[in-house]
Parts: sequence; C-alpha cells; structure tokens
Amino acid sequence: MASALANKDVSAVDLANEHFARIEEVDGEVHAFLYLDKEGALSQAKSVDEKRAAGEKLGPLAGVPLALKDVMAQKGIPTTCGSKILEGWRPPYDATVVTRLKDAGIVILGKTNMDEFAMGSSTENSAYGPTHNPWDLTRIPGGSGGGSSASLAAFEAPLAIGTDTGGSIRQPAAVTGTVGVKPTYGAVSRYGLVAFSSSLDQAGPCARTVLDAALLHEVIAGHDGKDSSSINAPVPAVVAAAKKLDVKGMKIGVIKELGGEGFQKGVSERFNEALEELVKAGAEIVEVSCPNFEYALAAYYLIAPSEASSNLARFDSMRYGLRVGDDGSRGAEEVMSLTRQAGFGKEVKRRIILGTYALSSGYYDAYYGSAQRVRTLIMRDYEAAFAKADVLVSPTAPTTAFKIGEKADDPVAMYLNDIATIPVNMAGIGGMSLPCGLAPEDGLPVGFQIMSPAMKDDLMYQVGGTLEAALNAKWGSTLISQAPALGAK
Amino acid sequence: MAAISRDEVAHLARLARIEMSSDELDHLASELDQILHAVDRVQEAAKDDVPPTSHPLPLKNVTRPDVVVPSLTPQDALSGAPASDEQRFKVPQILGDAE
Repeated sequence: MASALANKDVSAVDLANEHFARIEEVDGEVHAFLYLDKEGALSQAKSVDEKRAAGEKLGPLAGVPLALKDVMAQKGIPTTCGSKILEGWRPPYDATVVTRLKDAGIVILGKTNMDEFAMGSSTENSAYGPTHNPWDLTRIPGGSGGGSSASLAAFEAPLAIGTDTGGSIRQPAAVTGTVGVKPTYGAVSRYGLVAFSSSLDQAGPCARTVLDAALLHEVIAGHDGKDSSSINAPVPAVVAAAKKLDVKGMKIGVIKELGGEGFQKGVSERFNEALEELVKAGAEIVEVSCPNFEYALAAYYLIAPSEASSNLARFDSMRYGLRVGDDGSRGAEEVMSLTRQAGFGKEVKRRIILGTYALSSGYYDAYYGSAQRVRTLIMRDYEAAFAKADVLVSPTAPTTAFKIGEKADDPVAMYLNDIATIPVNMAGIGGMSLPCGLAPEDGLPVGFQIMSPAMKDDLMYQVGGTLEAALNAKWGSTLISQAPALGAK
Repeated sequence: MAAISRDEVAHLARLARIEMSSDELDHLASELDQILHAVDRVQEAAKDDVPPTSHPLPLKNVTRPDVVVPSLTPQDALSGAPASDEQRFKVPQILGDAE
C-alpha cells in the first residue's frame, strides 16, 4: 500500500475513501469502530497527496489509513475509552502518539471499540456493545483492543494502534490472525493515553504483517518529555530487523511453564510446527523454566486493579465527563458517587473495589506488597531465561477465540486467558504476537508469542519477520487471506 | 471462610465513591470472594527477603527544565466541563449539608 502511494498508483484520498466504503459495508456485522472521522481523515489524506505532488519527501507510511484505539486522546474527536463516564468528551489536546501519527502523514480513520478502560480480554465489557471476530462473528475478537484487531482482520484498516497492560494488543492479534506488538515499557509515550495501570500500560503497533508493525513502531516510539517514564535512548532499528529474514545461530527459548496442560491441543500443535520452521531457518531451540510465572496472574490481578483504583479516581464528575444527580440539593460527594455508579460498568467497579481493598491498611502488605515481590521474582525468572536464549517464545493465548458470552459471568476464567501475556507486562519487556496457523479443531487463528529483553525490541522483529516469511512460504499465502468473506449478506 | 463480607464491600464502595444498590453489593461480595481466593497465592510465593518492584524501569526523580510552554486556553480546559462559570469549573457544594 505504501509503495503504491509512493509510486502515485493510488492517492491517499482514494485509499481513505476505499476504506470508509469497506467499513460501511462490513462494520454493521463487525462493530470495530465507535467513531469515524471522515472529515479529518480526508483532509489529512488530501494534504499528503498535495505534498507528494509537490515533490516533498514523506515518511514511508504517509497516506496510509489507521484505526486508533479509543483509549488515546485525539483533539476534538470523541474519546470514550469504552465507557459511559466519558461519553461525548472531546479532548482539547492530542496524545503524543496521535501527534506523531499526524506528523508522519498517517490518516486516522476513526476510533475503535475496546473493553471499558481496557479492562477485559474480549471487548464484551465495552459500554457500547461487543465487537465481533471477523473469522467467526459469534466469537470474541480478543480484548481489550478487540476493535483494533477486528478492523485489521476485516480489512477495514491496514494499521491500528493498541495498548497493552496485560495482553490487550497481543491476545486480540492472536485470535484474529493479525500481528500485534507490545514494545518495551517506556518505548512509546503514555502522554494522552487514558491510564489504567501506569506501571504496566504500553501502546504499540497492530498490523497484518511484521514489517508493517515495525514501520508503525518507528513512527510512534521515542523519548517524550511529557511522559516521565519514557525511555531516553535511541529506538532499536526494528524495521531493519524485520527485513533481516535470518535467525541462523540465534537461541530461542521455549518457556516450559507456558504450554502443555491448560493449552488447547490445536494451539500447541501449531506452536510446535512454527518452532520447526525456526529450526529449519537455523535457530537453536532451548527449553527454559520460569517457575514463578504460576503466580504472575494472581499478582497482576492485584497490581493492575490497585493502580486502576487510584487512576480512575480522576473520573469525579467535576472537570469533564458525565455528571449525574446535580439538582442543587446534593453535595459534591453524593453527585460523585451517583455519577460513578451510573458511569462505570460492572468489570470496572469490580476492579476498583478490588484495588481499593488491596491497598487498604491491614491488607496492603499481604496483597499489594506480596504482588510487588512476585513481580521481582518474575523479572528474575526472565533474567535467568534470557541468559540462556536471545528471545523467548510461547503460544500467545491458551485457546483460540471463544464464543461471545461464554466467559462473561466468570471473571476468574476470563482472567486465565491472559496467562501467557501478563508476565511480559510485569517485567516491562517486549512481546509480539503473530499468526502461526489455524487450529485444526475449530479452524480459528493461533498466535505465536515472541518475547525480547527490555530495549531489544529489534530481536523479536527479527525472529517474527523470519518466521512469518517461512510460514507464508509453507502455506503459499498469508493466513489472513484465508479469512472468510464478510458483507456477503 | 469468606475472605470478604458484604459490609466490607459496602465500606470499600464508600471509600471509592461508588454508590451501590443492594443487588450490586450481594453480587460483588461473592465475586470478590472468588477472586481473592484466586489471588491469595501471591502470599506463598513472596518471601520477605525478596524486594518489591513497583515499576519496570529503574527511574528516579525525572525532571525537566522549568520552561514556560504554551498550554491549554481556559476555554479549551473548560470545554469538557459538566458546568462552568466565568473561567471556573462549577461544582456542587463541597462543605456542610447541601440545601
């Protein structure tokens, strides 16, 4: 697409219009988008076309359309975070990621659906209704960034932005047969990202190929003075790494604890076949053990809600967003409580209360304190594993996409879906998911996860690019080209 | 034994400033009980000699030069306010009994 634009075979305006037409055709079934910004997108596309006609030097993604997760503030465009409490809010500023997208000439089509405040693994927790998986409309597209992943799989957009606190980029990528990358913590600025769990949140690129993800990665990553946790170091050369197509002599560590029991048979099969491809390409497979990962899920479900209970205190009905019950007879605290009752959904309330409990005196050491110690143990496990291997791998999710509604009433079962993705966030390292085939039992996509040490995001792109090329050669086409046709009705 | 009672949930909801119906409290108490049983395991893993990690990056006191840069105009800052009055956020009464 980018080369067609550069060669002027197609204009950015035409490309944007084609994507809006596709969205109109299929989004009634998929429901990936919460808001479309036709006016803004076409004006950006027109400006890119004019610059190109004038011979200006443009970035490699100039004119390419993108779907933006509704967790990112975009000036003047409704930003809801999937919540009623922010319905109708139009941010007065751009997130740093949005500024960088605009500067790169990328055309933002609209905002995508998500679990409310990014809390969930299925996008069923959105206050605006669920998104459907383009591979099977009765199934979930993953979460929290299900709108972004579904928009890619349904060919409504070629690029998307996600955010990943416990797997919200990688698990949706896995279940929709797309590519999703959570960069090293601090690689992409969090300025303008509605905070869920500040020590875990990280924005990243979503695409249909590893190289597209790398190109988008280089647009959004880099130091930002507006985010004090942003890394002040050069961005690893991920585009060059994705093009290397060579893993000879690399050591790839398979994490023993992230496989076997609890993982769907077809998921394990496809994962092992992908490993064989890497061996054929010259990599060496080693088994590594991370014994403390069994506590990662428990620690995550204390740390993330704790940070969320504090972060979401800002939705107080005073300065922006919803206000309920302000009839002159009630005081501020009562209005606040009524607003938060009406504005937050079930899962968000559940996590705020859990976090409030874990942080309350008398329980702090037992819960939040212990969870932070587990975090240290997980980082030590990774350190030991990376001493034996250049990158680590596992299936991205234990199962393929489950049915909408299947786990909605069992929060603990829902949380288990994130078992392989959460340790990455706890340690702040990089993680990628790319498709490695369809599970034979249900014909649904399986995700292959690659983890690289902090600040070495290029390594996962190198292995991911090589694996993708090997699998495409084996299949004779890309996996996503096998997705069922939509909009036929 | 239940790890958390309905009364405790009601107290937490008050602390978190979320009004809750009787149904919501019942439901949440039993769900939280399940979740707490599931996360209880962190205590067996975490020995006292392991230092806690609050953040993946070893950053300390990140500062920037104190330079004035353009910021939001009062109109922009108030653009999302539920109620405003003369460049101020207008909020319900915060002290004493509301009338």
